Amino acid sequence: QDCTFFTRKEILRLHGRYHEMAPNVVPMDYTKDPDVKLPMQLIINMPELKENPFKERIVESFSEDGEGSLSFNDFVDMFSVLSEMAPRELKAIYAFKIYDFNTDNFICKSDLEQTLNKLTREELTAEEITLVCEKVIEEADMDGDGKLGFADFENMISKAPDFLSTFHIRI
Amino acid sequence: HFGSSVASYFIFLRWMYGINMILFGLTFGLVMVPEALMGKPYGSLPRKTVPRAEEATAMNFATLWDFSGFAQYSVLFYGYYNNQRTIGWLKFRMPLSYFLVGVGTIGYSFMIVIRTMARNANEDGGGDDTSFNFSWKMFTSWDYLIGNPETADNKFASITTSFKEAIVEEQESRKEENIHLTRFLRVLANFLALCTLAGSGYLIFFVVRRSQKFALEGLENYGWWERNEVNMVMSLLGMFCPTLFDVISSLENYHPRIALRWQLGRIFALFLGNLYTFIIALMDEINLKASVLFLFTIFNRHMCKDEDFQQLEEEKIVKYNMTIWEASLYNGTIPENSTAPPIQVDPADVPRGPCWETMVGQEFVRLTVSDTMTTYITILIGDFLRAVFVRFFNYCWCWDLEYGFPSYSEFDISGNVLGLIFNQGMIWMGSFYAPCLPAINVFRLHTSMYLQCWAVMCCNVPQERVFKASRSNNFYMAMLLFILFLSTLPAVYTIVSIPPSFDCGPFSGKTRMFEVISETLEHDFPSWFGKVFGYASNPGLILPFILLMVLSIYYLNATSKSYKEANLELKKKLQSVRSR
Repeated sequence: QDCTFFTRKEILRLHGRYHEMAPNVVPMDYTKDPDVKLPMQLIINMPELKENPFKERIVESFSEDGEGSLSFNDFVDMFSVLSEMAPRELKAIYAFKIYDFNTDNFICKSDLEQTLNKLTREELTAEEITLVCEKVIEEADMDGDGKLGFADFENMISKAPDFLSTFHIRI
Repeated sequence: HFGSSVASYFIFLRWMYGINMILFGLTFGLVMVPEALMGKPYGSLPRKTVPRAEEATAMNFATLWDFSGFAQYSVLFYGYYNNQRTIGWLKFRMPLSYFLVGVGTIGYSFMIVIRTMARNANEDGGGDDTSFNFSWKMFTSWDYLIGNPETADNKFASITTSFKEAIVEEQESRKEENIHLTRFLRVLANFLALCTLAGSGYLIFFVVRRSQKFALEGLENYGWWERNEVNMVMSLLGMFCPTLFDVISSLENYHPRIALRWQLGRIFALFLGNLYTFIIALMDEINLKASVLFLFTIFNRHMCKDEDFQQLEEEKIVKYNMTIWEASLYNGTIPENSTAPPIQVDPADVPRGPCWETMVGQEFVRLTVSDTMTTYITILIGDFLRAVFVRFFNYCWCWDLEYGFPSYSEFDISGNVLGLIFNQGMIWMGSFYAPCLPAINVFRLHTSMYLQCWAVMCCNVPQERVFKASRSNNFYMAMLLFILFLSTLPAVYTIVSIPPSFDCGPFSGKTRMFEVISETLEHDFPSWFGKVFGYASNPGLILPFILLMVLSIYYLNATSKSYKEANLELKKKLQSVRSR
């Protein structure tokens, strides 16, 4: 409860959801702190995440081992950051991680291309994609290195009017 | 799926529906219902009864569809209303109400159009922050709360369309133009458009003169084409010239939003020009009043009736006939100062005077109905059947029907918007003579919205270059305002200059329709009110007032310009502060 934004009741409810995804593996009793991780395939089939184009990236960003398997702590962490009680700065940090596909701590052109393809389900032509990526870098890149560092990203996202309302999952 | 430009048409349609609901409420509640509830019932007066001669066919579906028979002699049209000053136990002043509702609908329409224009202008001036346009689209457009697959599909489509719109804007602003070539091409395109307009005007002039020649020689000698030549030529011009304008506009290489405006403007000029040449061609031969009536029947698909023009002479003849007929009731003696009690006659047998207001109202109603039918049939055949043909015959056809000719149709924004605007113009022109018109229009807009919505989703494909239509709304409003102004002119002219029919309607017996106002002032208001009104309508007072209004318009215009400049300066300062 101290590490997340959830109340006791909500954490218990989350535990119920975690358990019902794999009832044979997840114990009901967590007092002995068991080392149980659920694979990515199970998590991304949750109804809250199923339609999201970035579901794999979301789960990977919150998994400790980087492979996409979530322990219960990671699970609660994920929904806590995505809930409406999390502050903007925290959400910006994790949003940066999610959109950074090659995990090099920079959102470079190829990351942007992948984001765009997932958003439009590859309906845009190659030159349209190039145009959009160039425009994004032109707009947001402040230090001129041709890719977005965390400072650039944060500067841009803090002024966005819809960020808080769209980067939100209710469970 | 289709972008904000197509959406703007439907938003406009919905707004029009709102206006028509109010107009319907006014005419229904203040004109039709009081007459139906408190006025004399059907059959009590000659003007409220179907004449004996027409009684046999009065209930036929064909007659009712044509708005004659029982439909004509009902609250739906002007002619049914009685000229009694007050009706019922409420002492409801029917003629006054009719007059005020007529004027009120026009006034309300003006007010709401101008208010919407002002509100749109305000929103635009609010300023769109475009500093991180693409970045925000990329990182904040997906709504993480979406869990339903259909919603997700729609969201993907809308994000894609939004990106495409933004890309079009960006490409247009980046385009490198060869200025001289572009200018030359644009001048050439305008020249070609002018030639088309002039050509269509001349064609109409020529055809109208020819039809008058035919009429003089007797229509029986000629076949179907000669009899309907004028209407056919006007319809064909209306069908093919817009396509021609579309081809010409590809020379101009404008931003799609600006190209749409040029297209709308040219089609508008085409229709007005055709109308104008038509009237001029007739003006020489027929007197002015008759050509005003012709204006009403101008878009009518049926052959124009020459009987309308002889209206005033006909009235004199009918009045004479009626005195003769009354005399025949008294067995031969023509009473000069009749003191004998009036003989009871069935109202259906009384000879009637001509009622041009009802005829005009009927023409408008028929026009609206035929216009609606044409639109629906065009959608069904032009869009739906074409889509069915392309989809199912593609398997057994030599070339790919979906990519080549004919392929699926795109939604024709300019045609539909103009259709909507002209239709509304007809309603405004005709609702004074046929109180049922707003009701018919409400029904038409209701069905049209759902039918077109279905047709767009089922049979149309999105345009190749979708563009953002944020400022188009004010352009539609401006055209609507212009048409509203043009539509009110004929009604105002008839109220002020033409004497109402002596035998039908709420103003029968008066020399001019607006006399109902002076009559009300005399009878219902205290005498000092009439005096004050008389002083207020003195030209010496009105002219300075108009001058004052013109000066205040100029002043407000100047201050608003200076506010806009100050706004721009502040925006620039903000940008330079932010980018530091």
